[in-house]
Amino acid sequence: MSRTTTLLRSAPWACALWAAIALAPAPASAKTEIHFWHAMTGQLGDATNELVKQFNEGQSEYVVKPLRKGSYPETLTAAIAAYRQKQAPHVVQVFEVGTQTMLLSGAVLPVYQLMKEQEIAVEWKDFIAPVVGYYSKDGNLYSMPFNSSTPIFYYNKEAFQKAGLDPSKPPQTWKQVEEYSKKVIASGVAKCGFSTGWPSWTMVENMHAWHDQPFATKRDGFEGLDVQLLINKEFGVMHLGRLAAWQKDNVYSYGGRAGTADPKFVNGECAMYIQSSALIGGFTRGVKFQWGTGQLPFWGPPYNKATSIIGGATLWVMKGKPAAENRGTAKFLKFLSESNQQMWWHVTTGYLAISNTAVKNLEAGYHFKKFPDQFTAFAQLTKGKATPNSQGLRLGNFVQIRDVIEAEMENIFAGKKAAKQGLDDAVAKSNEILKEFAAANKR
Amino acid sequence: MQRTVFRNRWLPYLLVFPQVAVTVLFFFWPALKSLQLSLYRVSPFGDRTSFVGLENFTKLLGDPEYYQSVVNSFVFAGGVTLLSVAGSLVMAALATQKIRGLSVYRTLLLWPYGIAPAVAGIIFLFIFHPTYGVLPYFLSFITAYEFNWLLKGWVAMALVVTATSWTHLGYNIAFYVAGLLAIPGAVLEAADVDGAGPLRRFTAIVFPLISPITFYLVVLNMVFAFFESFGVIDAVTKGGPGDATMIMVYKLYKDGFIGLNLGSSGAQSVILMALVIGLTMLQFKYAEKKVTYR
Amino acid sequence: MSAVGAGQLEQARVRTGAVAAPRKKPFPWQRAVVHALLIACIAVVAFPLYYAFVISTQDIQEVVQRPPRLYPSSHLLENYAEAWRKAHMGRMLFNSFVMGVTVAVGKIVISMLSAFAIVYFDFRGRMVCFWMIFVTLMLPVPVRLMSTYEVVGTLGWINTYQGLTIPLMASATATFLFRQFYMTIPNELVEAAQLDGAGPMRFLFQFLLPLSWANIAALFVVLFIFGWNQYLWPLLITNSEAMRTVVIGLEGLIPRSGTELPTWNLIMAGAMMALLPPVAVIIFMQRWFVKGLVESEK
Repeated sequence: MSRTTTLLRSAPWACALWAAIALAPAPASAKTEIHFWHAMTGQLGDATNELVKQFNEGQSEYVVKPLRKGSYPETLTAAIAAYRQKQAPHVVQVFEVGTQTMLLSGAVLPVYQLMKEQEIAVEWKDFIAPVVGYYSKDGNLYSMPFNSSTPIFYYNKEAFQKAGLDPSKPPQTWKQVEEYSKKVIASGVAKCGFSTGWPSWTMVENMHAWHDQPFATKRDGFEGLDVQLLINKEFGVMHLGRLAAWQKDNVYSYGGRAGTADPKFVNGECAMYIQSSALIGGFTRGVKFQWGTGQLPFWGPPYNKATSIIGGATLWVMKGKPAAENRGTAKFLKFLSESNQQMWWHVTTGYLAISNTAVKNLEAGYHFKKFPDQFTAFAQLTKGKATPNSQGLRLGNFVQIRDVIEAEMENIFAGKKAAKQGLDDAVAKSNEILKEFAAANKR
Repeated sequence: MQRTVFRNRWLPYLLVFPQVAVTVLFFFWPALKSLQLSLYRVSPFGDRTSFVGLENFTKLLGDPEYYQSVVNSFVFAGGVTLLSVAGSLVMAALATQKIRGLSVYRTLLLWPYGIAPAVAGIIFLFIFHPTYGVLPYFLSFITAYEFNWLLKGWVAMALVVTATSWTHLGYNIAFYVAGLLAIPGAVLEAADVDGAGPLRRFTAIVFPLISPITFYLVVLNMVFAFFESFGVIDAVTKGGPGDATMIMVYKLYKDGFIGLNLGSSGAQSVILMALVIGLTMLQFKYAEKKVTYR
Repeated sequence: MSAVGAGQLEQARVRTGAVAAPRKKPFPWQRAVVHALLIACIAVVAFPLYYAFVISTQDIQEVVQRPPRLYPSSHLLENYAEAWRKAHMGRMLFNSFVMGVTVAVGKIVISMLSAFAIVYFDFRGRMVCFWMIFVTLMLPVPVRLMSTYEVVGTLGWINTYQGLTIPLMASATATFLFRQFYMTIPNELVEAAQLDGAGPMRFLFQFLLPLSWANIAALFVVLFIFGWNQYLWPLLITNSEAMRTVVIGLEGLIPRSGTELPTWNLIMAGAMMALLPPVAVIIFMQRWFVKGLVESEK
């Protein structure tokens, strides 16, 4: 019983203590706070914080407060919930598949407009076209590109050497990929030929752009909301059909969604790998063998080669903040887009620099001579012929559509469905999702 | 059962008030708001809503994939409940024998319960990983069969069932150990005198005595498997391969929280809720009668 | 150790008035079998944790090496220091602790009272209250996350400790458990108390509460862990680093963008730090309530 009374007596104190902790006011700051929500983890998170630190130390009026808000989808959902409670951050990082949602939300202040309002000059023309194209509407940039990348081809030079292949020559065509894979497997240096990260992004979205094939109607969704997918046409069926056949004899080895397949390449299980160019940084630190990069494999005629498309995330400015705070936001975004920061970001993380000036400076500094792999992605994006099919994709509910496509890819690779059947199903389901999105976003 | 009660006009209301207040404020109000959305089509930012009647429901019920997720949920919840309740009963029975070192054994059996589902998912992802996981590595020496859960649906399901059961184990064991320790020695002595073997003693005497615990654990494990276990699935399979581990609550999380389709997720919650309320009431109706409280 | 168990125990004691006789010791070979089986079970149950610990002591090359290295290496300190620094563990552990304790204590208090009312009073709306509370088990968290956020926003509780903890008290597990426990208390005890002239509150504090300690301890463990292990809610509701909890910090170590190689050793080091406090609570409380049980048997 004594225990009871002690507990009862100490209860008010405990409450008071808790209340004191809970109600303690945050230290007041003379500087204007700019809240910045992002989804960068690990070393990318460190690099992001470093950029913010440099901005904060470089001026005295504003202080940017970065906060990781979970994964990309969690960050977006959290920002939406906060916006509805008038608690939105000033800047939020949104992945490329959330672009359409943000554009139609009516909750954002487009960056071009922000810069105009704040009379801050930005050399928009200097930005790399395939990057800004993905995030522009009527020629105006709506969100500030932050971390952009494009899929490239990685290969294990040591495995190539051991299999009697030229380690300085990555395969150019899919036929070569098949041939090299078989050689690698036959010589016993690797269990499988190649694998892929982000299956829908690399093997469906980018392959369509790369081969100048439409992914969806309405110019890949840029020209309207009543969109339908076109991935179950001849090209898509052919490509996935080949992958499924290769899956059977280990030429291809499916390794899961997002970055789950990375260890297949890192461990030397597969000799070739198609994954985001942003992994160059990670591979440099984490891969023990000699490796190289090349452009994405191509099927050859009758298809035409265009450019690949990007992925990653951009920074959106939320509407409804006082002009004085917007000024800080604008300065922060301007700072991030400057050549020096872009070069540092690119070299540190492997994500693309977004301005031509930054790329030129990198070239002038012999960066690409020293690290030729860092140039592969730029070459792939800028040296090819840009076509309407390689501008990017603008689909509503794109997160779910990617899930649908990847689930069907798994059904195809597992042999549960033929390529045509799986893609037909993916298209049917995606079209439903797109219809739903169009209906929900009708003004 | 007739209980002796106290008489007081206002005290019971005062006693239930805090719980009811919190429940109404943070459960019923938000829940009704969410469920109400099942009749609407909502834009991602929630600024545009239009009444669509039962369209969200008819869409779901016309979708074979949704039925698949229902089947998956039952397989998943059934598997988790069976594995974790039965497994923990066996382990608890072992951990209440009269032997040395019991407290060490019990501690070692209990502590996995402290691990967050998200963390457990990460650990299992690492152990089961087809490329660098230890388990596939050692299994490959025993059998030529490739346990590739990235493409084989049933392997993926077995994996998430195992991982989820593992997170429930400690909780269940704690309850069973307590229940088994509480059985008076005299009762078991009597059985020993009657000459009942250990197995017979267990089924005839021990099991009925701990039936309230079993009942409680079955209800709770089932509800948790249905509702709270997307942590493991999210960390490991994300519903794949195909839709092999897409259970109802994970689909709901994906459509509602990730995909921002609040209308459809509202409709899914109504269905899910009806299903589990029905199941629980059935259990209360038929099982609780058989449960021995005294 | 738990609700139901303690209840039965008390009931058995009260009814039979008998002191439990010590049971016959099993034969040595039987004991050996039990030991062997227990060790086998523990090997299965504890392996994932052991392995996570092993990984947390290795450098990244040892983590990915084939065949896998199943014993600890020498990088424990640097990994833990790095994970601690990267994930700002100090403040986060404190927040998680506040969250775990507040949720556990708050929920135990309110559900002890409500279960008491539901079992020991006959009042209008009794069953409505019970089902109302019970039904909270029935609606998955993700459904109401967004609307609960709105309610909390309306109250102005976003990014506060009360916003972090109080909404998590709206769940039935504890009430259900207390109800189950009270149901096993024999009527004789209530009648005896009433003969003594005890009112309901005195009955609760002087008769039920002493019987409930084991129960409360068990619930504290369960609820502390529930609060500690939350992820989505604290992620949504906290808007500053100072309010973050440890599971969120841990998630921050895991690459989610799919464009970075995971540093598994750091992740596992973070995981070990995040799971140590709840595991400590289990170990500490286990001793405490097992002791309580043994004592009450005398």
